[in-house]
Amino acid sequence: MTQASLGDSLVQKEVHAQQQNNGVAANITHTQPLWLLAEVTYRCPLHCAFCYNPTDYDKHTQNELSTEQWIQALRDARKMGAIQLGISGGEPLLRDDIEDIVIEARKLGYYSNLITSGVGLTEKRIQAFKEGGLDHIQLSMHDITEEINNFITNTKTFELKKKVAAMIKNHGYPMVLNVVIHRYNIGHIKEILEMAEALGADYVELANTQYYGWSLVNRSQLMPLKEQIDEAERITNEFRQKVGNKMKIFFVVPDYFGNRPKKCMNGWGEVFMIVTANGDVLPCHSARVLPNMAFPNVREHGLDYAWKESPAFNKYRGTDWMKGPCVTCPEKMNDLGGCRCQAFLLSGDAESADPVCSLSPNHHLIEEAIAASKNPQIQEQPIIFRTDKNSKKYASGESTERVESFHALP
Amino acid sequence: MENNIQHADIYALAFHHRFQWEEAQQSYVILFPEGMVKLHGGAGEVIKRVDGKATVADIVAELKLAFPDAAGIEADIIGMFDMAVGKAWLRKVN
Repeated sequence: MTQASLGDSLVQKEVHAQQQNNGVAANITHTQPLWLLAEVTYRCPLHCAFCYNPTDYDKHTQNELSTEQWIQALRDARKMGAIQLGISGGEPLLRDDIEDIVIEARKLGYYSNLITSGVGLTEKRIQAFKEGGLDHIQLSMHDITEEINNFITNTKTFELKKKVAAMIKNHGYPMVLNVVIHRYNIGHIKEILEMAEALGADYVELANTQYYGWSLVNRSQLMPLKEQIDEAERITNEFRQKVGNKMKIFFVVPDYFGNRPKKCMNGWGEVFMIVTANGDVLPCHSARVLPNMAFPNVREHGLDYAWKESPAFNKYRGTDWMKGPCVTCPEKMNDLGGCRCQAFLLSGDAESADPVCSLSPNHHLIEEAIAASKNPQIQEQPIIFRTDKNSKKYASGESTERVESFHALP
Repeated sequence: MENNIQHADIYALAFHHRFQWEEAQQSYVILFPEGMVKLHGGAGEVIKRVDGKATVADIVAELKLAFPDAAGIEADIIGMFDMAVGKAWLRKVN
């Protein structure tokens, strides 16, 4: 699972970018989900150190929704206005019913996107996706070197990814690459962009790691230096100038190095709805870390209830829940106080300002995290990969390794 | 006008883009990987007529007929084309 839509959504960036444009409305709805993310499974053949999936995902690998339940969820969300569909995971291709989901999505009028590592994509399946009406495939790439690709994913998948990229292109799909950026590949941005160009990429998302789930556990091992991020952004801008409209490059800025938090999910319950493998309905990817929240589940309630009426979706909508310094902040509408999960994970108070904000009384937690990432002793600790074995340890409470300082199991 | 839209130009929707009416939002939208734009009524009326066959002049004439009371409509339509080409929502086919 990549981090494509964490934080500032690309949908919203595009929509907001139109605000000043004559002839195009930017009156995004505040009552309808536009984006449905279907995290159809948490099973995954890769073991990426930066995965934002919950560390206890193993709990949810035996109780996945059925094909019929997914199709019903697609229908319900579409009625409510959802239009962009992401089929994600885990690795969605581990399910053998993605073809059925794709066909239904097309019938309903979704613009559908398969978010994949490429493992499990065969000629036969991609042909079926094309015929079924899948609109695009977003492929995760990790590095230009086999060494880093195989290291960070803890698998030997480098050659496979290149083959899959060619397959996607051959079938007339737009080439959408997602590259999660961290300490191990940030020095290769230019080469990564050159590789993307050589593969004929139409869209490239350089997603700086944000720290949730496994990436939070591995934060000190993954975080690059501020100077490296600045340099990566400079190289990206230079490359943009060179390629122009041919290849759209998104550079998702990491919030730890900013002064203000991201407007997470473009607001709680504003445009995004996520249905997880076991049917939980969430306003953001990691919401289940929050305390005293009961998230609706499609096995018990329809999506309409989840979106409009469920206490969970209403809890952090708007600004009523805020306290100081956010509540009186003149900038509060810019970021809506940032990310609730990040606030809770780091400070233990879900209603506090996102510690990323320099005005937050907890901002020192971010400064300490940055300092820890530069500490050679901490850096030496090994990466904890996203494996079923490690997940079982976290889920059962057997291990609390490197999560003691966080206020929930991410 | 940055893209120098000519009356004889013919445009089509860019590859991998889809234009459709959204009932839930009562508006036209353009969909593409990782994003979408919601179009005003006027913008939707222009894009609706872009089919890879009609020239800009054809579309201007058709809209003038359809909306006889809209003053200065031609400049708006050309402006819409200019922006849509600049955003790479449209591709030129001739």
